[in-house]
Amino acid sequence: MSAILQAKDVTMRFGGLTAVENFNLSINSDELVGLIGPNGAGKTTIFNVLTGVYKPSEGEILLEDTLINGLMPHEVVALGMSRTFQNIRLFKDLTTIQNVEIAYNNDIHYQLPHALFRTKKYWEEEEKAYEECKKLLDIFDMGDYEMTKAKNLPYGQQRKLEIARALASKPKVLLLDEPAAGMNPKETSELMETIHFIRKKFNLAILLIEHDMKMVMGICERLIVLDYGKTIAAGTPEDIRKNPDVIRAYLGE
Amino acid sequence: MNSKTKKAYLLNAVAVFLVYIVFLTLIRFKVLSNYFGGVIILTCIMMIMALSLNIVAGFLGEMALGHAAFMAIGAYLSGFTSIAIMNAFPTAPALLVLIFSSLVGGVAAGIAGIAIGTPSLRLRGDYLGIVTIGFGEIVRIFFINFDPLGGAQGLKGIPRLTNLSYAYWITVLVVFLIFTLGVSKYGRAIMSIREDEIASEASGIPTTRVKVMAFTISSFFAGIGGSLYAHYQGYIDPDKFQFMFSIEMFVIVVLGGLGSLTGSILSAIVLTVLPELLRGFAQYRLLIYSLALVIMMIFRPQGMLGRTEFSLYHLIYVLTNKREPYKKGSIDGGKSS
Repeated sequence: MSAILQAKDVTMRFGGLTAVENFNLSINSDELVGLIGPNGAGKTTIFNVLTGVYKPSEGEILLEDTLINGLMPHEVVALGMSRTFQNIRLFKDLTTIQNVEIAYNNDIHYQLPHALFRTKKYWEEEEKAYEECKKLLDIFDMGDYEMTKAKNLPYGQQRKLEIARALASKPKVLLLDEPAAGMNPKETSELMETIHFIRKKFNLAILLIEHDMKMVMGICERLIVLDYGKTIAAGTPEDIRKNPDVIRAYLGE
Repeated sequence: MNSKTKKAYLLNAVAVFLVYIVFLTLIRFKVLSNYFGGVIILTCIMMIMALSLNIVAGFLGEMALGHAAFMAIGAYLSGFTSIAIMNAFPTAPALLVLIFSSLVGGVAAGIAGIAIGTPSLRLRGDYLGIVTIGFGEIVRIFFINFDPLGGAQGLKGIPRLTNLSYAYWITVLVVFLIFTLGVSKYGRAIMSIREDEIASEASGIPTTRVKVMAFTISSFFAGIGGSLYAHYQGYIDPDKFQFMFSIEMFVIVVLGGLGSLTGSILSAIVLTVLPELLRGFAQYRLLIYSLALVIMMIFRPQGMLGRTEFSLYHLIYVLTNKREPYKKGSIDGGKSS
């Protein structure tokens, strides 16, 4: 099994502050890896570096053997890695289906003249896009909400819609930034099931940031623990639970 | 294309045609004066301007305050082109000359749009507003001082090719094109940038390219509007394209509802015809006009139609069946003028 996403000695500095130091990561194509650590440990910075929002100061990132550091975020998406955000970033005034269709745009093959003059190709491609996106919404039980504006969806649905949108660009690696933030225990366990389901259905590698330890320990195969930008532990959930460094980082001396 | 869409298209086509026939007969039988015919042409031109500005201001959500400059570029270049053509081939058919020189004007304005958009669209909000104001002034002052195109006296002797029919049908075409742009993948990409640029980039939209594209298309259509204007007036006064003219267009778009095409159409009609109707109350004209704007902003800050679109098909369906018919797409057209 070869690694689909690799980070080698990635360091990210903002001026004098080293937010992430010598971060190493290797995810296989069907793995679910968790990234945990106290607030300010640099987890989201790692997501931003991986997806091209920041260019790493040092080190390299490989997606399927393609070097991706320095690429624009939309180029990274086209190569097969998409993400969700910690604070939900939906297209609020657009409908649920439009939110998904936008991420599906790269798979709609028509040019501007086709769109302007409504050729047959336009109708076929739009129809196909609509069907596909509708299917995706149905997976998340959101088919009935297709015409609802994203801002009017309940919180849990908004989280789900963000995942659906990330999936619409057909990623091989999915990065989830605190998907369970603000959810109650019931919603969290539903979310865990959904993550299990999409993993099987879409054959994805998932990198997950989460604070909910019950969820993290429950679904992740491997964990990486960060503190002040440094990787302090990596291993299976059982190992991490007993690791003295991790306990110190979370609970203090 | 399903049957519902076909019916809606047919309905709009019929409505557009009916409105055309009505106006034409009214003017033919002198119910409406020729002067009013001119007001209709000006309304059509303002509609094109407002709709094209709506691509940037409404769909893309950026404050562009230099739209008159693109109109000026379109007006001057198309005017110059048609003068040249008419000198070379005095018998050339009017419509062809108008279409060709409009395209020249539109493309020139589009190129100017790329040149301005590429560096300045890195800015957002008020900063972009200021850059576009500056650009507008540069263009105006350039034309005032550029003697080959008439300089401060303006460009004279442009063949007056724009008549009611041409203006009307070109406007209909522009409305159609901008509407189809809005409901295509390009329109969705543009709107996603308005909603959240970071999320848009993270969804695979090349935001810089899409922004420049929106800006270019918008200035292209502004150039077309400028061309119609030049061929209607017969001469171009560079002072027409002042900053306030850009603001006037922006007011039309905001009043109609940012992002609503039918809203822009409606408010272009209201804001062009209203000042003309108020000519009788000369000294209160601006007072009433401004008061209307203030009242509007207090009671309906999102604009007349907000972000929704008026659809004839929808209206008739609701009137006859009393149920919600239309499900797909948030922008759907109901063109009438």
